Amino acid sequence: MAAKSSLKNMALCLTAVCLICAAILGVVYIVTEQPIADAAAAEAQASIAKVLPEGGAISEEKTCDAEGIGGYYIQTSGDGIVTAYAVKSTTGGFGGPVTLMVGVLPDGTVFNTSVLSHSETPGLGAKCTEEGSSFREQWKGFKGNLAVKKDGGDVDAITASTITSRAYTKAVAQAVALVNGLAGTDTKEE
Amino acid sequence: MEYLLIIISAIFVNNIVLAQFLGICPFLGVSNKLSTASGMSLAVCFVITFATVVTYLINQYLLEPFGLTFLQTIAFILVIAALVQMVEIVLKKVSPSLYQALGIFLPLITTNCAVLGVAINVVTKEFTFGGEAHMLNLGEAAVYAFATSLGYGLAMVLFAGIREHLAGNDVPKAFKGLPIALVSVGIMALAFLGFSGIV
Amino acid sequence: MANKLSLITKGLLKENPTFVLVLGMCPTLATTTSAMNGLEMGLATMFVLILSNIVISLIAPVVPDKVHIPVYIVVIATFVTVLQLLMQAFTPDVYKTLGLFIPLIVVNCIILGRAEAFANKNGVLDSALDGIGIGLGFTLSLTVIGIVREILGSGAIFGWKFISGDGILAFVMAPGAFLVLGYLMVLFNKIAKK
Repeated sequence: MAAKSSLKNMALCLTAVCLICAAILGVVYIVTEQPIADAAAAEAQASIAKVLPEGGAISEEKTCDAEGIGGYYIQTSGDGIVTAYAVKSTTGGFGGPVTLMVGVLPDGTVFNTSVLSHSETPGLGAKCTEEGSSFREQWKGFKGNLAVKKDGGDVDAITASTITSRAYTKAVAQAVALVNGLAGTDTKEE
Repeated sequence: MEYLLIIISAIFVNNIVLAQFLGICPFLGVSNKLSTASGMSLAVCFVITFATVVTYLINQYLLEPFGLTFLQTIAFILVIAALVQMVEIVLKKVSPSLYQALGIFLPLITTNCAVLGVAINVVTKEFTFGGEAHMLNLGEAAVYAFATSLGYGLAMVLFAGIREHLAGNDVPKAFKGLPIALVSVGIMALAFLGFSGIV
Repeated sequence: MANKLSLITKGLLKENPTFVLVLGMCPTLATTTSAMNGLEMGLATMFVLILSNIVISLIAPVVPDKVHIPVYIVVIATFVTVLQLLMQAFTPDVYKTLGLFIPLIVVNCIILGRAEAFANKNGVLDSALDGIGIGLGFTLSLTVIGIVREILGSGAIFGWKFISGDGILAFVMAPGAFLVLGYLMVLFNKIAKK
């Protein structure tokens, strides 16, 4: 029933199939390119909005090569004064990288945090994703020693998940350090 | 130091079979006897390491510069299929004895999701070994792939050992064959859970 | 008509891909941490399975024997990539949860297995029905495993929690996947093979 397996047939068939498939994929890619970009942008916007005070314009993503910082956004009020920063910060947790979006006010106070991605243990470290838990609530307006209490700081760790809590705290600390640096340079420029 | 962490993490902590669920089909399929299990492990080891390096290079120098990363899946699977064929042909010529040992397993490896899984993981995921999250470079990718396949071999050989013993035991009828094997793997995975958090 | 219907129903019990044919174990174990995840993975696989079955049954007569495997793989990989792009565009959250296991549908033995065992010798309609049947069977199995793991592991069904606090965590993690599948297979053997 199948066609003869001569070299010409095989080459023809493989080439034709590859060409048709590549063409289909090309079309689908072009059609979905915009929706994919929109979805990614919407997700980024949502995660930024979650950790910043309401109102104000948010800048384009800015990059920097500080350790563990994936990029940051500056929020400015109508008259151009910087009101807050949103920083994407990554550290190594218990099961893999933990990436947070951290909202920081110009004076170095944490406004709010959210988890972008993680691979912590379900039921233990993964509790850091639970909105409204006491671990997450403590970050709202946090200003203090950025280390878990076991290490002499002011952060209440998640029960039985010290490594995750440390990673979370370190990610916040990275973000705050970045903002402290940025806020310093901004005032110098003005 | 970093390489050591990669190796320990890939073999024990994130064991490809017991923690990542990749390559389960051949894991269950050919683990009846210790000898076939070790043969399969060797062949997988060969192909995973080789395929990861090649797909890494293709991704970095062909797909990324031209913005074609959406073709990743299709390109990788073709490369792996071609590679397996090539390994088969070369082995036949260069080392007939090795070919005799691995021959029957090689064609099966194309559809072993461990190979494609590791290749895709290496180019898309950030890894943390000793703190910093980063993408792997070529050397690290090769070591990671090799260590992962060692982990595959370890799980496979251990499991084959268990199954050889199971075969001689009086197992309830409904449990015969795969069910009891799966329950054993579950208990093994439970033991491997103890490694988590080391790296 | 009864014949056509049996093409669909055989995937649910007699040729259930998970419990009888034991194919596609990797996504079965990895993505069933909750009922919803299992269901989504099953549907994603079904999408690829139906389309690849249809196309392969159409092109099988003109594909030379020696290259039929590479051709099938290219066809399957194309549909998987289409699925990847569509999911990234319209259900990015689901895509994120299932992660690596979406591209790995390419090497899911169920799909190549059905292409080889069914689609290349049957007509378009039958192949499509076969895809639907096996796909439904796979989806059903994954959802059941997901439900059991979610109840034991997180004390919830489809995200609705009925106990406060945690379940038995091991069931959400790797070992639970093997154990639940093993015991469900026993149950299936007891009930279906009587």
